[in-house]
Amino acid sequence: MRIAVCVKQIPDPATPYDLDPVTHRVVRPNDQVLDDTDRFGVEVGLQLAEASEGTVTLFSMSPSGSLQGIRQALAMGADKAVIIDDENLAGSDALTTSRVLAAAIEREGFDLVIAGTESTDGYTGVVPQQIAELVDVPSLTFARKVEVTDGGIRIEQQTAGGYDVVEAPLPALLSVTSGVVEPRYPTFKGIMQAKKKPIDTLTAEDLGFSADQVGEAAAGQTITSVEPIPAREAGEIVEDDGEGYLKIVALLEQVKVI
Amino acid sequence: MADYTPPLRDIKFVLRHIVGIEDIVEYPGFEHVDLDTIDGALDEAGRFMSEVIAPTNRDGDEIGSVWMDGRVITPDSFKDAWRKYVETGWSAVTGPLEYGGHGFPDAVGFALSEMFVSANLAFSLNPMLTGSAITVIADHADDDLRSVYLEKLVTAEWTGTMVLTEPEAGSDVGALRTKAIPNDDGTYRINGSKIFITWGDHDLSDNVVHLVLARLPDAPPGTRGISLFLVPKMLVNDDGTIGASNHIETVSIEHKLGIHGSPTCVLAYEDSVGYLIGEPNRGMRYMFKMMNQARREVGLEGLGIADRAYQQALAYAIERRQGRAVGAPKTEQSPIIEHPDVRRMLMTMKAYNEAARGLLYDTAAAGERSHRHPDETGRAEGAARVALLTPVAKAWSTDLGVEMASIGVQVHGGVGYVEETGAAQHLRDARITPIYEGTNGIQAIDLVMRKVPMGDGAVVRSYLTEMAELAESLPSHTDPRIAAMGATLGEGVSALEEATEWLLATDDPNDRLAGATPYLEMFGTVAGGYYLARLALAASAEEPDPWYEAKIDTAAFYAAQLLPRASGLLPSVTAGASDLFAIPVDALGVSR
Repeated sequence: MRIAVCVKQIPDPATPYDLDPVTHRVVRPNDQVLDDTDRFGVEVGLQLAEASEGTVTLFSMSPSGSLQGIRQALAMGADKAVIIDDENLAGSDALTTSRVLAAAIEREGFDLVIAGTESTDGYTGVVPQQIAELVDVPSLTFARKVEVTDGGIRIEQQTAGGYDVVEAPLPALLSVTSGVVEPRYPTFKGIMQAKKKPIDTLTAEDLGFSADQVGEAAAGQTITSVEPIPAREAGEIVEDDGEGYLKIVALLEQVKVI
Repeated sequence: MADYTPPLRDIKFVLRHIVGIEDIVEYPGFEHVDLDTIDGALDEAGRFMSEVIAPTNRDGDEIGSVWMDGRVITPDSFKDAWRKYVETGWSAVTGPLEYGGHGFPDAVGFALSEMFVSANLAFSLNPMLTGSAITVIADHADDDLRSVYLEKLVTAEWTGTMVLTEPEAGSDVGALRTKAIPNDDGTYRINGSKIFITWGDHDLSDNVVHLVLARLPDAPPGTRGISLFLVPKMLVNDDGTIGASNHIETVSIEHKLGIHGSPTCVLAYEDSVGYLIGEPNRGMRYMFKMMNQARREVGLEGLGIADRAYQQALAYAIERRQGRAVGAPKTEQSPIIEHPDVRRMLMTMKAYNEAARGLLYDTAAAGERSHRHPDETGRAEGAARVALLTPVAKAWSTDLGVEMASIGVQVHGGVGYVEETGAAQHLRDARITPIYEGTNGIQAIDLVMRKVPMGDGAVVRSYLTEMAELAESLPSHTDPRIAAMGATLGEGVSALEEATEWLLATDDPNDRLAGATPYLEMFGTVAGGYYLARLALAASAEEPDPWYEAKIDTAAFYAAQLLPRASGLLPSVTAGASDLFAIPVDALGVSR
């Protein structure tokens, strides 16, 4: 099985990062880490590949920087990576991102595409479904459990109240939730091997996109403003004169929790 | 609660500016090593230690390793974490290439150890002792033993122990009585009782490989008559599979102040099969060679615990509100970190920890040079330096470990004394480190009686000169914070020089022994200032950012407020023994 896994390098969430005050874009440092939610997709991909003697290829659209995040995914065991790094892509919206990734994935060939549900820095949450549409395969989203059937994939799809069982024939796209599997820790051997694994770097043009088809020029959405999270307001202090509990009950009723 | 953040930036900074990792990777034998892989490995190992090992620390303390029906049972969380540790291969990073290891520099292994220690000290003793066993077997055992045991130890599928102590043979190992009788087939029958055997038995792996000190028949008395044997818990079949039990009984485990996760075993060897390592009667010599490595690893335990205690105390001090700091609004309580006394405690922890990290990693680097440096002069310099610094690295860092863990409790106030908070565990765990692997008193004796006199004082003088030269160069620095460090570092070095010369000129061994412990403390305190000044210089050469600024401010705090303590120790060093013995033993007692 040829498995394509979409991954993203993001600024390390442990250290604060900035938004550009004019463009409102994330200022991307040279060292970016693998989005933690992508570890689940990579793990599902590796398990399916191990069971089918298949391959796992990573796809990522972002400034490469030091490629630290991509190497983290390669160290887990993925076979190769395809990076689309092009300054023309800056300011791309979700649909352009999906178009570019879909083009790269189709160019490489695939039986199954795996993605997380949404990235931890952008949170648009629409890219997996858009890719499925663009490469014209069924999309199995929000998988909390994955199994291979004869010629297809069956998942438990997380819903608000429980789960639905959904299946589709291959080729298909799968988006996985955090917790679908326990991602493995890279082995030290894996870390050493990751350095030697192929990383293809493509531009938008390599995939047939002209400059006006991508990036800010083609974006159908703009971020108009960014506001900081309002500071937590001071709480109300209620003096307990022996009947403080009544005031608590009244407050809870007021906010309609009881 | 009690999360652990691996101090990766600090470790990488020290590897670069104190260890000189960029030079080390150029040594012959490290052709396969590159800085990027080291960097990536530290990141992933840090994540592993913080996510997999650190969460086992409380279980280790509360559930502990327990003895049941002659076997040791570890907490379930240990079993799961150990399996992942073996799978990820972190044990094998520095192991010999021909036995399943990756042959990376010891300094890299040292950094991995620091993070394991901080994550769970009790647990870390198992791989630490296994590492010591690997060193001894690789250096001294014959090919047969190496081929059967080394790879399994390098991959941590099996673990190793150091079996020295007996009830009447503690600091004085020469008094041991365990016997080894030759069999006809070249093996030996081992009989005797051993105590204080760390990780002497457990259920994490299929086999435990004991390195046992014992006496051959007709061996000379004392340390010259001790031989070293490899005695496996389970015999190994010719095809490498596990065979019959080797009759090593786990009689009991100790109930200790701390490190409850680490089973400290009483072992009885009853006609157990042993294999001689190296030559007869040379066991102590082999053990001593390994001891420098083990002693710096224990020094690292002091730092590891102190860093974990610091992280926890800092998090608490930021969150806990109590009292009103000067100038704070009347209506609210201030986070206690705003109080100068709390800030002093945190700064003291931070500064001592970073100073100890500098000393420890420099000692490890010298150890690496002593056997890896491409030329003979470099190896000899490394060997002399590591010999000098090892007792200081061990004792100073572990004394500090206890003191910093105690300050960590203090920052928490009353809840720090309550076990659920977790701060008390660090203090209890830390308390063993000044005791084992040669008590800190023994380290001080080693320093003044053996190490200072090396080369008639040439080795210590060369180190003192290095520090004095740095101190002299500082006042002209453009950053006033760094310039100001020169004076106090210079004064500290002068006082240490005076103490050193007094030791070298004093004949009466009792007088030197009496000054040993304060001398070691003085040595560590001055050396700590030296390393912090070097790190401050390195930080000042970088593009300013808050992290580099903090490096300089930390060094400045240490130089101004902690380093001057060194000079105050001079009278204790040079007082001689007479004050200590002025009162007859009878008169020391309490009178009714």
